Amino acid sequence: MNTMEKPHVAADPAKNQAMVRAVGVRKSYGSNEVLKGIDLEVQPGEVVCLIGASGSGKSTFLRCINHLEKINGGRLWIEDQMVGYTVKGHKLHEKTHAEICRERANTGMVFQHFNLFPHLTVIENLLLAPKMALGQSPEQSRPRAISLLEQVGLADKVNAYPRHLSGGQQQRVAIARALCMQPKLMLFDEPTSALDPELVGDVLAVMRQLAASGMTMIVVTHEMGFARDVADRVVFMHGGRIIEQGPPSEVLGNPQHERTRAFLASVR
Amino acid sequence: MSAVTVRKNVAVAADGYVVVQHRHPARWVAALLVAALFGLLLYSMATNPRFGWDQVALYFRDTTIIDGIGITLGLTAVCMVVGAALGVVLAVMRLSVNPLVRAAASGYVGFFRGTPVLVQLLFWFNLAALYPDITFGIPGLHLDANSLITPMLAAVLGLGLNEAAYMSEIVRAGIVSVDDGQSEASAALGLTRMQTMLKVTLPQAMRVIIPPTGNEVIGMLKTTSLVSVIAVPELLYSSQIIYSKNFQVIPLLLVASIWYIIITTIFGMGQYYLERHFARGSHRNLPPSTLAKVLILLRTHAPLAVRKAPMQ
Repeated sequence: MNTMEKPHVAADPAKNQAMVRAVGVRKSYGSNEVLKGIDLEVQPGEVVCLIGASGSGKSTFLRCINHLEKINGGRLWIEDQMVGYTVKGHKLHEKTHAEICRERANTGMVFQHFNLFPHLTVIENLLLAPKMALGQSPEQSRPRAISLLEQVGLADKVNAYPRHLSGGQQQRVAIARALCMQPKLMLFDEPTSALDPELVGDVLAVMRQLAASGMTMIVVTHEMGFARDVADRVVFMHGGRIIEQGPPSEVLGNPQHERTRAFLASVR
Repeated sequence: MSAVTVRKNVAVAADGYVVVQHRHPARWVAALLVAALFGLLLYSMATNPRFGWDQVALYFRDTTIIDGIGITLGLTAVCMVVGAALGVVLAVMRLSVNPLVRAAASGYVGFFRGTPVLVQLLFWFNLAALYPDITFGIPGLHLDANSLITPMLAAVLGLGLNEAAYMSEIVRAGIVSVDDGQSEASAALGLTRMQTMLKVTLPQAMRVIIPPTGNEVIGMLKTTSLVSVIAVPELLYSSQIIYSKNFQVIPLLLVASIWYIIITTIFGMGQYYLERHFARGSHRNLPPSTLAKVLILLRTHAPLAVRKAPMQ
């Protein structure tokens, strides 16, 4: 198993600081409760794959982590920072928009439909956020951006517009764009679901490489092969709850819960 | 028939067969009909002395007319700037989460779109009858409306505020046309709402905003002729000043019309290149420039194509 070869898996227990900690996270849209109390800890350097049928709440949970969705109950922390709120005495004060933006800058996110900025070239896509959110001049961040594009294998597309790239290339640019902010944590929301099958491999290769470098990653995915090879832990969600979690060999190889078995049978 | 060599309307297949393309006699009839009508029009324009082409030529570059053009262009520019700036504000207000702010913007648009701009102009011109003494509620401030509201200010207020209502709808349509994923990706990267609007949403909205705004500019250029009723000496009023003295009504209206056509044509060209600029990244191939279009037209539609011997 690939997971055995990875040196970074064991988080330093002395530090005991989870990268992400969710306690009883709830989220509803009107009367429809999508998350019904999620408890999850992700350690620094850990790669966690969230799997489950569509509508199980895995994407919503991912979006709660960087506060693209406001949670209705429970608590969420990224390292020692509570997401979206500050505790003062017995009150939770909503953070200001500027504080939320500052914290989001530390978390990278990759979307199913890439969401590259179509009016900007590849390099401009990478340099926009470092300039606007971190105040870095393009001269400062450009070498980093170029080296990231080399890492994802797109050094020759620096001045191309997203429209001129294939889906797989666009998604690799989107990963480089997120990494250009030098995040501590990367969130992937079904990064290969919108791709033609022959383009999935390139994107997964970049993600494997990123996992091997020690990045903390939470990946919503339907790629069971990727989950089996790369994830330290697989979390199966159903109906807004975590049903089962553990090492991929156990959850995917020997699922305990009936719903997990049914789901895995349906995706195979 | 594999490889086909096309030359005008005769093609030769690789195996030596001549392919004769379909003829279109109806197109020739239509073309002749249009040409005949156009010829009649030209003949009438050339032979009817009441057109007064000599008078047109005489007054075409009259200083009064040229000054009028200056005022027309200046008024168009100022009113469009007022309209666009206020329009962006109103569009953002209409997308606000605050219901009262939304309602205020909708009310503004409803009022200014619901009344004729000529009526609005007359209202602003006669503001002194409504508020003889303008104080803005500030103690010690007393402005005499009669001297404050000049015809020019009434024109700018009337046309600019009216334009803002239309521009706000255009800008709003542009903003909502941009995919939500764009602002979401921008937010996830840590950009604020304002940065997202300025760097991500509006530049993409421009593609939707520019074409109707070009129409608005051309519309505004022509609408400025309305302010002739409140004695602002723009292009139309300048020609009226001249024909009220020499009674050459038709020639001077022709002078004004020709100038309007010249200016709107130039604006139309500018709009085309502006659209090309904001379309970058959204088309695999940019639309061809005007010259390229003419060349393509000549190449593909050559009506007088000469049949040449098939080449081998």
